[in-house]
Amino acid sequence: MTTDASSIDSVRTGEIEHPDTVANQVFGFWLYLMSDLVLFAAIFATFAVLRHNYAGGPMGKDLFHLPYVFGETMFLLFSSVSYGLVALAMRQGNKALVLRWLVVTFLLGLGFISLEVNEFYHLILDGNGPGRSGFLSAFFTLVGTHGTHVTFGLMWMAVMMGQVITKGLTTPVQSRLLRLSMFWHFLDIVWIGVFTVVYLMGVM
Amino acid sequence: MKKHLYSFLIGLSSLWFIPFLGGCSRISLLDPKGPIGDSERFLIIAAFVLMLIVIIPVFIMAFWFARRYRASNPEAAYTPKWSRSLKLELTIWLVPIAIVTALGILGAIETYHLDPYKPIANGRKPVAIEAVSLDWKWLFIYPDRNIATVNQLVFPVNVPLSFRITSDTVMTSFFIPQLGSQIYAMAGMQTRLHLLAQEPGVYSGQNQQFSGRGYSDMFFKAIAVSQEEFEGWVKKAKQSPDKLDVARFEELRKPSLGYPVTHFSSVKPDLFDRIIDKYSKTMGMNSDAMIRKSGPAIMKTGASEGN
Amino acid sequence: MLGRLSLSAIPFQYPITMAAVGGSVLLGIAILALITYYGKWTYLWKEWLTSVDHKKIGIMYIILALVMLLRGFSDAILMRSQQAIAAGTSQGILPPDHFNQIFSAHGTIMIIFMAMPFLVGLMNITVPQQIGARDVAFPFMNSVSLWLTTAGALLVMVSLGLGEFSKAGWSGYPPLTELKYSPGTGTDYWIWALQIAGIGSLMTSINFLVTIIKMRAPGMSLMRMPIFVWTALTTILLMLFAFPVLTAALAMLTLDRCLGMHFFTNGLGGNMMMYVNLFWMWGHPEVYIVILPAFGIFSEVVATFSGKRLFGYTSMVCATAAIMVLSFTVWLHHFFTMGAGPDVNIVFGISTMMIAVPTGVKVFNWLFTMYRGRIRFTTPMYWTLGFIVTFVIGGMTGVLLASPPADYVLHNSLFLIAHFHNMLIPGALFGFFAGYTYWFPKAIGFRLNEEWGKRAFWCWIIGFYLAFMPLYVLGFMGMPRRMDHYANTAWHPYLLVAAAGVVVILLGILSQIVQLLVSIRDRHTARDLTGDSWDGRTLEWATSSPPAVYNFARIPVVHDIDAFADMKEKGITYQRPDRYHDIHMPKNTAKGLIIGALTFLFGFAMIWYIWWLAIAAALGILSTVIARAADDETEYTIPAAEVERIENQRFRRAASTSSNGPSNGAAPRGPLLQV
Repeated sequence: MTTDASSIDSVRTGEIEHPDTVANQVFGFWLYLMSDLVLFAAIFATFAVLRHNYAGGPMGKDLFHLPYVFGETMFLLFSSVSYGLVALAMRQGNKALVLRWLVVTFLLGLGFISLEVNEFYHLILDGNGPGRSGFLSAFFTLVGTHGTHVTFGLMWMAVMMGQVITKGLTTPVQSRLLRLSMFWHFLDIVWIGVFTVVYLMGVM
Repeated sequence: MKKHLYSFLIGLSSLWFIPFLGGCSRISLLDPKGPIGDSERFLIIAAFVLMLIVIIPVFIMAFWFARRYRASNPEAAYTPKWSRSLKLELTIWLVPIAIVTALGILGAIETYHLDPYKPIANGRKPVAIEAVSLDWKWLFIYPDRNIATVNQLVFPVNVPLSFRITSDTVMTSFFIPQLGSQIYAMAGMQTRLHLLAQEPGVYSGQNQQFSGRGYSDMFFKAIAVSQEEFEGWVKKAKQSPDKLDVARFEELRKPSLGYPVTHFSSVKPDLFDRIIDKYSKTMGMNSDAMIRKSGPAIMKTGASEGN
Repeated sequence: MLGRLSLSAIPFQYPITMAAVGGSVLLGIAILALITYYGKWTYLWKEWLTSVDHKKIGIMYIILALVMLLRGFSDAILMRSQQAIAAGTSQGILPPDHFNQIFSAHGTIMIIFMAMPFLVGLMNITVPQQIGARDVAFPFMNSVSLWLTTAGALLVMVSLGLGEFSKAGWSGYPPLTELKYSPGTGTDYWIWALQIAGIGSLMTSINFLVTIIKMRAPGMSLMRMPIFVWTALTTILLMLFAFPVLTAALAMLTLDRCLGMHFFTNGLGGNMMMYVNLFWMWGHPEVYIVILPAFGIFSEVVATFSGKRLFGYTSMVCATAAIMVLSFTVWLHHFFTMGAGPDVNIVFGISTMMIAVPTGVKVFNWLFTMYRGRIRFTTPMYWTLGFIVTFVIGGMTGVLLASPPADYVLHNSLFLIAHFHNMLIPGALFGFFAGYTYWFPKAIGFRLNEEWGKRAFWCWIIGFYLAFMPLYVLGFMGMPRRMDHYANTAWHPYLLVAAAGVVVILLGILSQIVQLLVSIRDRHTARDLTGDSWDGRTLEWATSSPPAVYNFARIPVVHDIDAFADMKEKGITYQRPDRYHDIHMPKNTAKGLIIGALTFLFGFAMIWYIWWLAIAAALGILSTVIARAADDETEYTIPAAEVERIENQRFRRAASTSSNGPSNGAAPRGPLLQV
């Protein structure tokens, strides 16, 4: 037994029967990024509180080399540009182009991480590791947390390269590439914050 | 069945008041011996009374509505759709806002008035006391008298007490309930407290922030005496064979349980500042070695660093 | 090979602990043996452990919560016993090292492993049904959340028999939790249990946010959602923004402990006050996370059992949102005595007092819902009335403590303990018990025994008053919290009364166990055949009890608040559609369970410094996640014919209600069936 209302209902119901999975995934990922922002905010706040706690050890301006950090920044920023090209190629459905720009992004990101690891290595070798003072603990953790996120992004990127090759640009693969792009740009923005608060303000 | 519900709950709520019938003298916070504690008691009672404006109607309505509008009572009105009333809504938002505003203003005034860092001015010269929490005992240094004690605080009545407080272990909290406020003691930092006793007596002092195995033992006696008795006590302390020099302090600060009351007839100068400097955030000297150095005594600011 | 783990990790020196360990092991073996004996392993695996169905996940969360309630309550019994004995020169039955672990475990378990799973479980069962959805947005992630929470709980339980638990309280302040003052495994167990459970909670919040925002039935605007969904929404927003702060704080403490950093140490540039700020920036929203769902449950229960619409829906929504926002602005009231100065203390004191206003509004709205209603005194209604009367006392003491100078003399005393238990037990826990009783028939298919439910209520509320009112007095008498023994014998009589209270509460818990057993025994007489166990008002009562895996064969269209009551009034309930559609549902998978198990191993390895195991577990987790991402076949289809068969069976059962009169307070009104 049906009524007129229910035939309208079944049209609207039809929409709900097939939820927009990709839109939900993207929205959910935004929410995750906002929570990640809070995580970074807590670490930034800690850095702000501990930034002068040198405990007789070195200060920022004793340790940071701005040209070096500028180089790191360029690697990361350009990797964001190249990921933009990934997104464009994806929209065109061009699998080979997507792969090419993914590789470029990966290499640029890897370059960023290598430079950062190198910086950390030399600091630790000189006895200015994270255990030297509260300031250095905060420095290593803030910069290191960002670097850890980038590393996970690189692992994700490698998996995506594998998926693009084996599955092609299916809807789930595109949805993941979209989310990875959000992640990657987000990390870029956080780096601007790190660069400014830690390095620029530390040297001034 | 519901009748029992009501009488039980009413009975239970009244049980709560029984301990107060026996008089308030054993209830330290309601029987303060100093002006700080006095003001704090007033604030607590005032807040309590103001909030009864909300609590009592809630009790009345809960019992009355539950009884009257029970399903087995067909006489009561039943208005299943009634779910809005601007008058009622305004009342239940505005009355609590008014109460909270009143309490907020009162609380703000009293917070300034009862700031632990605010000295008590009554025309008499304050007694300076430096308190250091250790594992698991309190060290009290009288810098103007060059004596110190463990787990015993003696001071004259009606004289302001000016405390500087720190810790040479984990976070603790210095508290004499019958005199007033507590405040945290933290290593590398100094906090301040001002108290005054208006009556002679023996008051309990304690650590109110959990600090490990011997935490339950960190009680001391805070003894308010006349000026003459105080001077007599200082003289007796000065005859103690025990002297608080660096070596003795290193021995004292080792973790121990049930440390006996001890008096020291002399104290290393600037010992309190040295203890703080050990943990200096900017100078960062080694915590064990620092105590012997003769570098500048710093860190006289409040616990909120440089703010 | 095994890091710092060795046979000396077993606490032979604590007989009470060894007895608990022995008992737990025997109980565990007994349960495994029973499952094997009845041949239920396949059933357990296929229907429960690998399930991604929100209803089953919800039930498993609640089982976890109830088990951990027993564990946390055993800690309470031990604490009350110790304090009832250790007066004057007596040292009681528990040495300080043991007592200190017990109170730390009690707080950690009750908040993180009892209250959180309980509320997440109730949200899981109810929210998708209340919004007319088939499942949550990310069913696989839902399963991962469950098993991560379980992994955290398991770490706490394992600490009983291997190593020790934290001795620094559930708040874990440094420098006490730094390596220098807490060198053992205790703090590490605490850190990893919290971190792992925290990740689970974060995932839950993302999941439910997307679900509520994106998957509501057509016509259900935000202002037509059931109030429980509103409280769920605000709760998960709090979770989303608060938990990352805890993650950061605990991570930094871990770095201090494991890599010798100086975030919160004494000296070398550490600042312990930063931890205190970070912890409470999470900690205060956390207590609102625990209480808001309970408020939502009370709203539903009061409306249903007063046979009346909830009073002041818009006001309630505003009040809930106000509480959510304000809860981020009050954290400093947990440490007024840390020396921040009067300006800062006043700001936070005022913001704390402000939260009392929307909370008070809610209490009055519940009372006005009862006004001119037809109140049925079922077990959930008992819990609600007990809550209203008792919770406001706790609210009052909260406003009292919100004044910094009052707090200066009451902070960390038993007054504080009494205050927050006054909020958590009559507030949160009574709410969860009400929700448990209210939604049990929906989830399981038959009602819980009312008699034993009411007995349990009386024991709990009388026990609560006996156990906690003396603590208010003791706070005024200057007694600090966390004491394992005390010299002031004037405190003793009150602690004896408190111990008696705990015994009465124990009777309450036993009543609840009996209630469950009796209800299972009598289940055939209390079956909910229509799906509408209580003459409910919201959409979950439109499904069968228990619901089909897809909840609704046809997603309903909503026209008003209290959607189901509205449908009943218009006589359009239980309509059969002209035709059924295929329904796509997510497939079960073991990967959630596997991730949970590997995470447990990872946490265990990090605690005991078993580095090869930590790396292996981490790689395992990564591989499982990648394997899941590579899986393109995560859904299955229920053909329309099968849906029709299930629905026909449902309507046949409901039609037999006419011969099975309503019982236990379920008084159906209006036509139940229209064909």
